[in-house]
Amino acid sequence: MQTTAEQIEQDLLRPLFHSSGKYWIAVAIATSLLLAGVAAFGYQLYAGIGVWGLNSPVFWAFDITNFVFWIGISHAGTLISAILRLTNATWRRPVTRCAEAITVFSVLIGAIIPLCHIGRPWLAYWMIPYPSERHIWPNFRSPLAWDFFAISTYLTGSTTFLYLPTIPDFAAVRDVSTGLRKKIYRVLALGWQGTPRQWQRLEVAMHIMAVVIVPVAVSVHTIVSWDFAMTLVPMWHSSIFGPYFVAGAIFSGIAALILAMALLRKFLHLEQYLRPIHFENLGKLLLTMSLLWFYFTFAERLTAWYGNSPPEMAVFWESIRKNFAPLFWTMVVCNFIIPVPILAIKRLRTITGTAIASATVVVGMWLERFLIVVPALEHKFLPYSWGTYRPTWVEDTLMASSFGMMALLYLLFSKFVPMISIWEMKVGLQSHAGVPMVAPAEGQVALEGPQ
Amino acid sequence: MAHKWGMVVDLDRCTGCEACVVACHAENNIPTAGEDQAARGRAKHWIRVERYWEGDFPNPRVRFQPVLCQQCDEAPCEPVCPTYASYHTPEGLNSQVYNRCIGTRFCANACPYNVRFFNFYNPEWDKPLQLQLNPDVSVRSVGVMEKCTFCVQRIKAAEIQAEAEKRELKDGEFTTACAQSCPSKALIFGDLNDSASEVARLASSNRGTKLLGELGTKPNVTYLERGTWEDANHG
Repeated sequence: MQTTAEQIEQDLLRPLFHSSGKYWIAVAIATSLLLAGVAAFGYQLYAGIGVWGLNSPVFWAFDITNFVFWIGISHAGTLISAILRLTNATWRRPVTRCAEAITVFSVLIGAIIPLCHIGRPWLAYWMIPYPSERHIWPNFRSPLAWDFFAISTYLTGSTTFLYLPTIPDFAAVRDVSTGLRKKIYRVLALGWQGTPRQWQRLEVAMHIMAVVIVPVAVSVHTIVSWDFAMTLVPMWHSSIFGPYFVAGAIFSGIAALILAMALLRKFLHLEQYLRPIHFENLGKLLLTMSLLWFYFTFAERLTAWYGNSPPEMAVFWESIRKNFAPLFWTMVVCNFIIPVPILAIKRLRTITGTAIASATVVVGMWLERFLIVVPALEHKFLPYSWGTYRPTWVEDTLMASSFGMMALLYLLFSKFVPMISIWEMKVGLQSHAGVPMVAPAEGQVALEGPQ
Repeated sequence: MAHKWGMVVDLDRCTGCEACVVACHAENNIPTAGEDQAARGRAKHWIRVERYWEGDFPNPRVRFQPVLCQQCDEAPCEPVCPTYASYHTPEGLNSQVYNRCIGTRFCANACPYNVRFFNFYNPEWDKPLQLQLNPDVSVRSVGVMEKCTFCVQRIKAAEIQAEAEKRELKDGEFTTACAQSCPSKALIFGDLNDSASEVARLASSNRGTKLLGELGTKPNVTYLERGTWEDANHG
């Protein structure tokens, strides 16, 4: 099997120009989920946030669980793609674009959720420091203010990080299209001609972004964990939370990436590009993160158990043995017991195998966040004020709509942008043929490509 | 010297009658949640009487413990608010500025005493109870947090009156609604910086403890409780 530059371009541009009936059905389902969420949010604004299941003392539940979940998923892309770029892992080429897109969209969803969950969403702009008639700045001691800055930085950074390596591909689309489409892509391509000078600048910019985005990604999920760890709440107030959350985020992020890749491969017919080796390599990474997740969970639980402080033990037993035990042990099965054997045994580490493991990990990691947020709030210090929580249909709908929004954005993205970087695949072709991988050589490839 | 408002809760005097709870609702325009909402955990009481049972049948012992905002000096609710709605006044009160609140509910999660409440809906009163609303206290709208203010409207009124008459505030000149209505005088409110005040004297009693004092929140509410017979023999 010999892939040529022409064939790469043909294969990867095909989804932009042709869509199947299945595609439109998927778009319709995703859109209706999103609209259901918009309607539920409208109802919540009209009736009051009391239509959620929140109560005293459980003031955060599904909302913050989903917030942490989506911000966690976002760590797939940028972090993995940046690390693979920095370490020059050549197998990364077909993986980076779809990973970076997951990041941008899930950060976007993660950023919208807190805006919908606050009591007066129409005043959310008070988080922004601007000179106002109120003469008050945000409280910079609050982890929520840190969140605001961390997430907006991350959203800006990861969007740039996605956009930069897409410029040559926008130019490729521009060169093969006509009419309005050509005009739009001309703007998106920012005048890309593929000159050696432009290639060199792009290389430098991408390298800078790859270096910068890694600490940003780590800080974002650390700060998300500090929303919990900076309080005195039993089982929240823990110094392990920063690294625990970052590891969990990368864990769930890789799982989401593998799932997305498996779906893209099947529906966009990218079998030649997303090959078993990619699932094999990402599967090994997922295995590492699963072991790391288990280590963190074990360390966190063991220290709490040995400390044996009564308020912590109330939450501890609640999750392990009492009301939340079914969810807790499902989480352990989903995050460790199922994925580890599948991913550790080479024969099972296939595309189907890694996709199954990833699906359980996504479920398990959602449960992990829920089990961090809710049992602790239900069982704070004074037993008289303990409570219970049960979500309502409004929260269920909002959660479903967050998945709908992700699916819709991803589907639309695949319609407008090649899901696999065309020029990077061509570079891969060149380097396989023995041509040294230097910027001018890449430039020539891209220049010649569209003709 | 600046005032430092504090309270003493004498557990040996509390009978659990909940007059304080009713008085607080009336004074501070707190709507009743209703049966349905209360069952869903949305009951709002700025002061509540916690009941704990010790020992088994046939000799159980019930203990009452009124819990209100402890007006902590090191309040966990304050640093977490992103908009300064939860704010420490110069007189040491943890005030909640309703107009600044955007409803993140972080303060309520951070509070170890669970004494902060959220307006899940706009408040409503069964007719004709809306006619008895206290004009000195704002009615809180949907989406904001609220909590015990130590009846700040009474504090301010008394301070303004004293200033107009060019004199110092006297101890016992005014008190909070809960303390005023307590038939067994289990709640005593006053200025902790005035060493002659009843609250300052009682707060330094050797019966005094702080609720969850080990957390380091430095509450301005002191609980008084006589030691048990066994404690006395150790002592």
